[in-house]
Amino acid sequence: MIISIASGKGGTGKTTVATSLAFTLGSRVELLDCDVEEPNAHLFLKPSIERTERVDTPVPLVDEAKCSFCKKCSDLCRFNALAVVGRRVLVFAELCHSCGGCLLVCPEGAITETGRELGTINFGHRDQIGFINGQLRVGEAMSPPLIKRVRAAADPDRITLIDAPPGTSCPVIAAMHGADFVLLVTEPTPFGLHDLKLAVEAVKLLGIPAGLVVNRADIGDEAVFAYAENEGLPLLLTIPFDRRIAEAYSRGTLVVEELPEWRQQFVELFDRIERLVGRSKETPCANW
Amino acid sequence: MRELVIISGKGGTGKTSLTAAFAALAENSVLCDADVDAADLHLLMQPQMRRRTDFLGGGKARINPALCTGCGTCRALCRFDAISERFEVDPIRCEGCGVCVDFCPVAAVDFPVQRCGEWYLSATRFGPMVHARLGIAEENSGKLVSLVRKEARQLAEERGFDLILTDGPPGIGCPVIAAIGGATALVIVVEPTVSGLHDMERVLDLAAHFRVPGMVCVNKFDLNPEMTEAIERLAGKRNVALVGRIPFDPVFTHAMVAGKTLFEYGEATPTHRLVREIWANIIDSPSMNPLGIVDFNATIH
Repeated sequence: MIISIASGKGGTGKTTVATSLAFTLGSRVELLDCDVEEPNAHLFLKPSIERTERVDTPVPLVDEAKCSFCKKCSDLCRFNALAVVGRRVLVFAELCHSCGGCLLVCPEGAITETGRELGTINFGHRDQIGFINGQLRVGEAMSPPLIKRVRAAADPDRITLIDAPPGTSCPVIAAMHGADFVLLVTEPTPFGLHDLKLAVEAVKLLGIPAGLVVNRADIGDEAVFAYAENEGLPLLLTIPFDRRIAEAYSRGTLVVEELPEWRQQFVELFDRIERLVGRSKETPCANW
Repeated sequence: MRELVIISGKGGTGKTSLTAAFAALAENSVLCDADVDAADLHLLMQPQMRRRTDFLGGGKARINPALCTGCGTCRALCRFDAISERFEVDPIRCEGCGVCVDFCPVAAVDFPVQRCGEWYLSATRFGPMVHARLGIAEENSGKLVSLVRKEARQLAEERGFDLILTDGPPGIGCPVIAAIGGATALVIVVEPTVSGLHDMERVLDLAAHFRVPGMVCVNKFDLNPEMTEAIERLAGKRNVALVGRIPFDPVFTHAMVAGKTLFEYGEATPTHRLVREIWANIIDSPSMNPLGIVDFNATIH
């Protein structure tokens, strides 16, 4: 089972929920931190990292000795990653989406592939909990290919928890696509509600069942709760604003470690998710 | 023309609430919301839309079943696993590379240009605003960010505004790179948590990479005063000016619920005074007053 934890708005508590859930469920789970631009889960789960892999994406390498400067490659490339200027071929590797079209179209066989570093993937564990995170190279623009690589490394025999990036565009989609359940985390403020609505649209587009966690549930207003009820989005957990939780978070301490009474809440959260996933298997997308 | 971009690395540290507060203090400025993926500034600005324009991204493949012979060439060549066994294109997986279009032996693949979102030119009580909405699950957020910044700049030049105030996106990827390139200076809003510090370090690396000067403002500093000091030490080491500390204050949430900026909500509290001082520190800073040349001494190490 794959559970993706997403939010729309940043800073609503995705990582808090993902790490607390992982800690509560223990050896059954593997946590994937797919917020590769700003991965934070390791700061709270504190896994020991066993190995780190560099991840590259293929980009063209042009052998100008073989090139006839016919411009077929630059005409084909939709991302402007190649330009033929006189008797030179310029490759703008950072614009390349690695489709391989230029290799296929080159009549001279002058193009091979080299790598552009996307970032690194770290593998480790905390006690029996599996842990993988991706870390985008600073200056690299494209996070979805790295997110896909992190997901491809997941252990299929465990429950996969995905800590997704904020927003609703391609990186978030890469972190939610193919999940069995999306757990949306928000705060009951106008910003939280607005971005939750966008996230719900994304989840509906993908046709994945979802549920809601409202964090800092007593700040802001009631509009989020009314929206969830209207939308048929099940409210699975509320976490009040508690300065002890905020301070524990600031030090990198898990809520469930600092305040053990929260463990039962996360056990129940998981039970509710399992029931909703089971129900959606019988009638697809029962809650939409 | 100066452009101040407010970013954070980590989301939810208070970028938009602070941008809105600064908008109320700034004179003669254009507002620009460069967080096109989950834009929120309009919730405080209630912009009156003057012009709406479609944002067109690249194309996406669509196989015409009447022409398709099922030869499988497209499926074999697609590196994004976007074409099903029944030769249907999954628009979510399609990268828009067009390889299937170019190599289909019977020209059965269309490549219609996608409407990826829209952008708006609006009026607010604090001056003109350029903002956008990227479609759900769309790509090209960096292009749309570049577009709204370009439009904001053009508007400012045409109408004689000397400052652009840009609310940036979280992270360090494509939209952030598009949001900071060529900016006069950045304000990085950091919260004093292990993740705030970690994410600030990565956003500083990015700013250093693109040679943009920056300043740091610590929000909710009293949640962890030791972490606040660690953030301020790191800022010092990296040649980043400190513009101030803001305590945890529910007034920001209350103002947000009321759809107002900090300075339109409630009484003048110590937080109001602090944010006013921070704005003065920013606008008088050497990096916002670069005398027309790029001052490499001011850039982040």
